[in-house]
Amino acid sequence: MTAEQIIFLIVAVVTLVAALSVVISRNLIHSALWLILTLFGVAIFYVLLEAGFFAVIQVIVYIGAIAILFIFAAMLTRRVMQDTGPQSNTNWWIGALIALFLLAGIVFILLSWRGSTTPLAELENQSGRLSQLGLSLVSPDQYVLPFELASVLLVAGMIGAIFVAGDKKQ
Amino acid sequence: MIPLSWYLIFAAALFCIGLYGVLARKNAIGILMGIELMLNSVNVNLIAFWRYRAPNGIAGQAFAIIVFAVAAAEVAVGLALIISIYRRRSSVVADEMNLMKW
Repeated sequence: MTAEQIIFLIVAVVTLVAALSVVISRNLIHSALWLILTLFGVAIFYVLLEAGFFAVIQVIVYIGAIAILFIFAAMLTRRVMQDTGPQSNTNWWIGALIALFLLAGIVFILLSWRGSTTPLAELENQSGRLSQLGLSLVSPDQYVLPFELASVLLVAGMIGAIFVAGDKKQ
Repeated sequence: MIPLSWYLIFAAALFCIGLYGVLARKNAIGILMGIELMLNSVNVNLIAFWRYRAPNGIAGQAFAIIVFAVAAAEVAVGLALIISIYRRRSSVVADEMNLMKW
């Protein structure tokens, strides 16, 4: 077992435990904090996959923006769901069953798929990879259309969020 | 070397945990957190497939960036909706949001 594999296993266990705490924690603020730990674990996976750019984006966008937004929302709506009372609905066991069966199905399919043992190929062009990605996002014969659609979606989401959450009485 | 299947199984487990959160949580914000976990596991899958199956292509990374943007937009609108509903009805329980129930 190499050092990389040991790091992978440790991070995987920590991330999965944190993710479980996100969904079963009674206190929503604690859930949000566990979510931050989960997102950090995923960022470490991006580093292990040699996609450092995505690790940086993960920390900035997910932890810096989304997780903070969650904490704000949890604090703004705090009074109604105090830490008493059940936090999951009455059919939670059906959800658990569905999730477990889905996991078993995916793992079964993965174990019978021969492509999952693909050896790790050497990354060519280490330094120019990021600029290649940036160019492909704005070049007309590659991904400029999805890229522009994503920016329109972000603007629409921003305006929509301000409109929906804004106080209309003032 | 880490086998590709480890990443895929990890992502599957993360996805299923998120799915359980979406199905079982009462609190609408908790449901959104579950959706975030699912989107993250999809991104891990995308990057892992890019790294192992098509390391010289761009498609996997470009797709992952789009998923990031969609996740950001989704969570902004979702939390705005929840705060708006909370303001009107003083509740964030998904079961009680039945204004549009037919």
